Amino acid sequence: MSGKDRLAIFPSRGAQMMMKIRLAGAQKGHGLLKKKADALQMRFRMILGKIIKTKTLMGDVMKEAAFSLAEAKFATGDFNQVVLQNVTKAQIKIRTKKDNVAGVTLPVFESYQDGSDTYELAGLARGGQQLAKLKKNYQSAVKLLVELASLQTSFVTLDDVIKITNRRVNAIEHVIIPRVERTLAYIISELDELEREEFYRLKKIQDKKRVIKQKAEARKAELIAAGIDIHNTGNMLDEGDDDVLF
Amino acid sequence: MALHSAAKGKLISVIGDEDTCVGFLLGGVGEINKNRHPNFMVVDKNTAVSEIEDCFKRFMKRDDIDIILINQNLAELIRHVIDSHTAPVPAVLEIPSKDHPYDAAKDSILRRARGMFNPEDMVNSRE
Repeated sequence: MSGKDRLAIFPSRGAQMMMKIRLAGAQKGHGLLKKKADALQMRFRMILGKIIKTKTLMGDVMKEAAFSLAEAKFATGDFNQVVLQNVTKAQIKIRTKKDNVAGVTLPVFESYQDGSDTYELAGLARGGQQLAKLKKNYQSAVKLLVELASLQTSFVTLDDVIKITNRRVNAIEHVIIPRVERTLAYIISELDELEREEFYRLKKIQDKKRVIKQKAEARKAELIAAGIDIHNTGNMLDEGDDDVLF
Repeated sequence: MALHSAAKGKLISVIGDEDTCVGFLLGGVGEINKNRHPNFMVVDKNTAVSEIEDCFKRFMKRDDIDIILINQNLAELIRHVIDSHTAPVPAVLEIPSKDHPYDAAKDSILRRARGMFNPEDMVNSRE
């Protein structure tokens, strides 16, 4: 795999430049993604810590709420069925907002009061105080749970995004960058090869020229030795007769 | 969907024993929609597990519910369904019930975090 796995590209100076730019881009992207992963990881751990804290707090709040329910029952008598049958409209509703962490949108839940209390008259005869306390306790429990829900949603979302980001970081680090580097090495080796070929070709031409020159010299020497004056061959323009002057 | 959720308030649904449901209903989360479907489910000792599972799946499908509260002992019964739910919305929260204290080790979310953190360690180090 090591030698073969490279981009299919024609080795040329232009391609080399392109590869260099790509390598620089990949390295920059790798750095940025790594930073993003770190930022997300930091936020993730913070949220996890908060979740665990809120979960334990929730245990206490729920315990208190359950206890006040028992108190109210003791004071008012059993009102379970009355409550269960008289449900109409929700008084507490959830609104979602978006929070942005390093380009990841996290939903944030927010509870708000909508409409009036359905059980306004519950406990009118007796146990009103306990019921009011009960309602208050459960409302605060709901608030806490809503907070916990947004933490948990952020947790799940971040978990996914961190996985994806880490996968990308690793892909760039272990696949893309080595591949570009291998391509670059291949281009360089090919270019070197071409240069060597070119050099060899030039050498060869010089050799040929030298041989031809030597041959010509030898022939000249031969001619001179045979008594032929090669230096005094007639000029083609010199026609042999005198210039006529008028 | 984001626009839709911003325009309209979402609901919290409850699956739990009678006391848990009554408490949260008094807190004001209960709603019965036009088709007379409540957003809560009271589970007693005669309720079958499949009923809880169906109800949970129904709540998941409803797009007006953003948070599902479920008693942890009931969550244990339908753990496979909860574990298979990985989307961020609706958020499933496990809450303690009156007669079952909260056990962080069983929580689906916290179990995902195991390996990075040990929930018990975190809780203990705080105290």
